[in-house]
Amino acid sequence: MPRLTLEYFALLRDEAGCPQEEIDTSATSLAMLYDELTHRHGFTLPAKRLRVAVNAAFANWDHRPAEGDHVVFIPPVSGG
Amino acid sequence: MSTFLLTDSPIDPNAYASALRRDEAGGYCSFEGWVRNNSDGQAVLGLDYQAYLPLAEAEALAVLAEAETRFDILAASCIHRIGTLAIGDMAVWIGVSAPHRDAAFTACRFVIDEIKRRVPIWKRERYADGHSEWIACHEVAEIS
Repeated sequence: MPRLTLEYFALLRDEAGCPQEEIDTSATSLAMLYDELTHRHGFTLPAKRLRVAVNAAFANWDHRPAEGDHVVFIPPVSGG
Repeated sequence: MSTFLLTDSPIDPNAYASALRRDEAGGYCSFEGWVRNNSDGQAVLGLDYQAYLPLAEAEALAVLAEAETRFDILAASCIHRIGTLAIGDMAVWIGVSAPHRDAAFTACRFVIDEIKRRVPIWKRERYADGHSEWIACHEVAEIS
């Protein structure tokens, strides 16, 4: 199973209870990964309100996570 | 030449504003966003900002580059705070220089709107009644 680094921001960071974690996952897509994490951490934001980035670039939800990927789920933004 | 800075120190835009000066520039327009003491009828004590730095920098630079392509301007820059801010603190600064004022105003408005809409920065409002809340304003749209 690939080992990933997950970094969390805003509400997801509060709900996960940590800014970052490493996990081994059998998820074959980022959508499945978010499902898995929703069960683990009780995330309240549905995936359809998020975007996802892999290695600091926006990625598609069907991207298959690979060993060493740095994954960030992007909640609705509120800068400015 | 565009500059974007994310900083956990108080914003001092002077050097950035000076760097927008050009002999061809007929004017300069800036916008400052400040921390307000209320939100939706609730008393606010301050804000906390988080940002996903590498992607925020890439997206903000893309916004500034778009502004330079779309409008007849000479240069545009942006500074955004992260960390803990108090009432009255400057949260964001935008500066645009242009040959004529119309483009400077329009581009400045474009940059602040796009920064708010799509750059991965998040704010949490801390309220006087003790609770706090992450504000989820804009779902980041898929770029086609």
